[in-house]
Amino acid sequence: MSKLHVETIINGEPVEFLCEPHTSLLDALRNEVGLTGTKEGCATGDCGACSVTLDGRLVCSCLVVAAEVAGHEVTTVEGVAEAEQLHPVQQKLLEHAGLQCGICTPGFVVAAKALLDRTPDPSETEVRYWLAGNLCRCTGYDKIVRAVLDAAAELRA
Amino acid sequence: MAEDRKYRWVGTRPIRHDGVDKVTGRANYGADFALPGMLWGKILRSPHAHARILRIDTSRAEAMEGVKAVATAADLPEQRPGGATDLSNNILARDKVLYHGHAVAAVAAITAEIAAQALDEIEIEYEALAPVLSLDAALADDAPILDTARRARGMDDTGPTNIAARVDFSRGEPDQAFASCDVVLERSYETQTVHQGYIEPHACVADTKADGLVEIWCSTQGTFTVRSLTADVLGLDKSRVKVTPSEIGGGFGGKTTVYLEPVAALLSRQSGRPVKMVMSRDEVFRATGPAAASRIELKVGATQQGQLVAATARLWMEAGAFPGSPVQAAAMTILAPYKLDHLFIEGFDVVVTKPKVAAYRAPGAPQAAFAMESLLDELAQQLKIDPIDLRLANAVAAGDQLPYGPRYKTIGMKETLEAARDHPHYSAPLGENQGRGIALGFWFNNGLNSSAEVYLTEDGTAVVVTGNPDIGGSRASMAILCAEELGIDVMKVRPIVADTETAGYTDVTGGSRVTFATGWAVVNACRVIIEDLRRRAAQIWECDLEQVAFDDGRCLPVEGSGLSHDPLSVAEIARKMGSTGGPINGQAQLSARGAGPGFATHLCDVEVDPETGHVDVIRYTAIQDAGRAIHPAYVEGQMQGGAVQGIGWALNEEYLFDDEGRMENASFLDYRMPVASDLPMIDTVIVEVPNPIHPYGVRGVGETPIVPPLAAVANAVKHASGVRMQSLPISPPRLLAALQEQAAE
Amino acid sequence: MTAVVIPNGLRAHCEGCARVEVEAVSVRGVLAALEARFPGFGAALGENVAVAIDGEVFQDPLYEAVAPESELHFLPALSGGR
Repeated sequence: MSKLHVETIINGEPVEFLCEPHTSLLDALRNEVGLTGTKEGCATGDCGACSVTLDGRLVCSCLVVAAEVAGHEVTTVEGVAEAEQLHPVQQKLLEHAGLQCGICTPGFVVAAKALLDRTPDPSETEVRYWLAGNLCRCTGYDKIVRAVLDAAAELRA
Repeated sequence: MAEDRKYRWVGTRPIRHDGVDKVTGRANYGADFALPGMLWGKILRSPHAHARILRIDTSRAEAMEGVKAVATAADLPEQRPGGATDLSNNILARDKVLYHGHAVAAVAAITAEIAAQALDEIEIEYEALAPVLSLDAALADDAPILDTARRARGMDDTGPTNIAARVDFSRGEPDQAFASCDVVLERSYETQTVHQGYIEPHACVADTKADGLVEIWCSTQGTFTVRSLTADVLGLDKSRVKVTPSEIGGGFGGKTTVYLEPVAALLSRQSGRPVKMVMSRDEVFRATGPAAASRIELKVGATQQGQLVAATARLWMEAGAFPGSPVQAAAMTILAPYKLDHLFIEGFDVVVTKPKVAAYRAPGAPQAAFAMESLLDELAQQLKIDPIDLRLANAVAAGDQLPYGPRYKTIGMKETLEAARDHPHYSAPLGENQGRGIALGFWFNNGLNSSAEVYLTEDGTAVVVTGNPDIGGSRASMAILCAEELGIDVMKVRPIVADTETAGYTDVTGGSRVTFATGWAVVNACRVIIEDLRRRAAQIWECDLEQVAFDDGRCLPVEGSGLSHDPLSVAEIARKMGSTGGPINGQAQLSARGAGPGFATHLCDVEVDPETGHVDVIRYTAIQDAGRAIHPAYVEGQMQGGAVQGIGWALNEEYLFDDEGRMENASFLDYRMPVASDLPMIDTVIVEVPNPIHPYGVRGVGETPIVPPLAAVANAVKHASGVRMQSLPISPPRLLAALQEQAAE
Repeated sequence: MTAVVIPNGLRAHCEGCARVEVEAVSVRGVLAALEARFPGFGAALGENVAVAIDGEVFQDPLYEAVAPESELHFLPALSGGR
């Protein structure tokens, strides 16, 4: 069985890769494209560590078939900062110590940015429910939620 | 001795040095490493919870195209008596499988898919045996015995038994003392198997070279532990194994042993190619160390005025398939915070056909504190005494004796209780169906062995090399301690986590020991450098060493020495290193003594939905003695994270098994850990009662925060609903049933 | 003389004593003195001895120093409690 050839846009750049028909976007990103910033915590869509955006919509890349992204735009954690300039979500996570081990952080960065892109002034409750699909076992979420609220304030300023 | 001085960096909150890599996706974790020509390894796991292995036929798998190696326990060396027998049998089962998911064989192939297909081609004939899935089942007279050759340690010969060990501690005459008590409460408490729940599954790459040298890249809390255990299982000299740590995606004790590494090294030896192995989440749940289920029978007697007089505790803990539950630690901690003239504690380590337990943050202590702190809450209510006052009246202090013998030195137990009593949370009003719980936690903390090297660069900045994987911001703490000692900017310090051939021997990132012990080694290594800098200043000034002082990053003449040189900064001396004796390096190693115990008091408010039994945590405050907080943000982070793991343990988390011993909820969907929308902010109060033996007064902080929450939540549920839950988790169906039972009475 | 506190489980091997005083400068010396007085005590103690000396717990204590005023407690060796 021959592999599928997929042409897509990842982090603003055209990318081609080969994959099996059943390969997940997560596996294609990590193993075919070499973007290992997107993490696997469960591969069943329960932990959010593999969060990416697909045409701006937040998805678990483990639940997306890689071949489906042909002709669409994918943004991963590697595409959030602009050159040396961290996105406010990234900067505030650092300032608030919103990461300990850091394995869930790429997913939180992508998910939080997706929230602030559409909801510039979220309440704490909105942040907590938006991020309910992203598991963190280290922080108890307190400093992550504070960082996202602070990033929202900075983006509005 | 802890020094009382003003600090420039200690107590500040610099951005962690590995931070940018971790928020941009550049940081490499266990599954992110790859080598050219690498194979993918997969493990075949037992479909039975308890069975004898009669025959394994791997020939069809071996013949498959793309399969490069197949391994079973027959490929591992037999262990000497007292060797790594249990570990070896856990990694690849030899004669029996002892839990559903127990590893039986392994395959390496050119793709992960071929490896998975090859597992299906391995034929295994089992003789199924009855599973042993609870303490009751394990201790029954006619219980199936997991290992008929094993005898209980610490007991007269019992014959074949599932009790692996017994421990006891005693003082005074508790049975007589109970008779003199005004009130005696006797209760039984249970907790279920729970998992550490780190988000990163276990992963490694192993490369066994033609000369037998093994290189391993993996996610672990202890590179030297992986080196040691891998060498033991494979029968190699420890110098033949090199372990390079990746970043680690959480561990909480669960990554202090090995599962994949020796198997990957074995497959690599067989195939002559590097082998990568990554567990699925399903495998993590089924086959890595959870925390022990427990039953505790506790009896406490007190006077009407609330003075504790006597206590007895009997503890049983599930070890899983092989001996080694944390029952001894549980037994040592359960009565440790309170003055008691009469006590007897007895603990039993019990094997069952479930995965072998591993350490989980203060192993054994949360289960023990759930029992003791629940009972004290009930006692306070019965005696109409404030629960904090009851604990303060019986709190241990310096000089008091622990149940297992030693005496406390300086501790901060009373200080955390007083801070809780004085916190606005404690007196805040509560609404309908709401209740407040308090609980205390104690943990030993650990010291163990650490090494550190500090290298000055030629511009006076510094590189700090240690061997502890950074699991929660410890690089920043190492850098702060170095910056404080050398008087240089904390961001000019580069903290490195090195492999086993670059760093000196260092024990695990665990036991709440890294900032305490490895940080202490960093301090000592910096002091070697300071002595060297003074020597060089004396050389430059042509004076005696005694005439040179070091303060805040500069060598300067000692007051009254009569010398009038301008101070020489670290950078100025570093620039002259070539002409003053060469490179400036400091090295230190220690076996850290005097890890002061940690105490925490937690306040928890819950609201109970009487219709559904759902419990909502609406306010939470964690108060803990940190000795001294080097990087307060990461101390708070430990307190918040531990509290939330404890909330999960209290409210939802448990392994569910079917009658055949298959775990029924081996996914994050069904094993329900707390998510952001379940929780309020977790307030923290860091109390600082400096540890007198440490140069900066540090106590470990990482484990203590998981000790109080189980009882804090259960006590809050009691005061919100009237129902005292003595068995965890307090999940909606269980609480609803209890509420209905209460209503019927 | 260094005071040695004997846990319940070991008292049968030292004539029921709860507390024994020995002359020694190290834990190894303590063990030798106990063995000399109570033959078989070492075997009962087993291989993995952990002790607390004046409040500090040692998992691997053989060469640790004890002082005449020290108090030494035997602990069952810890496992799984990391």
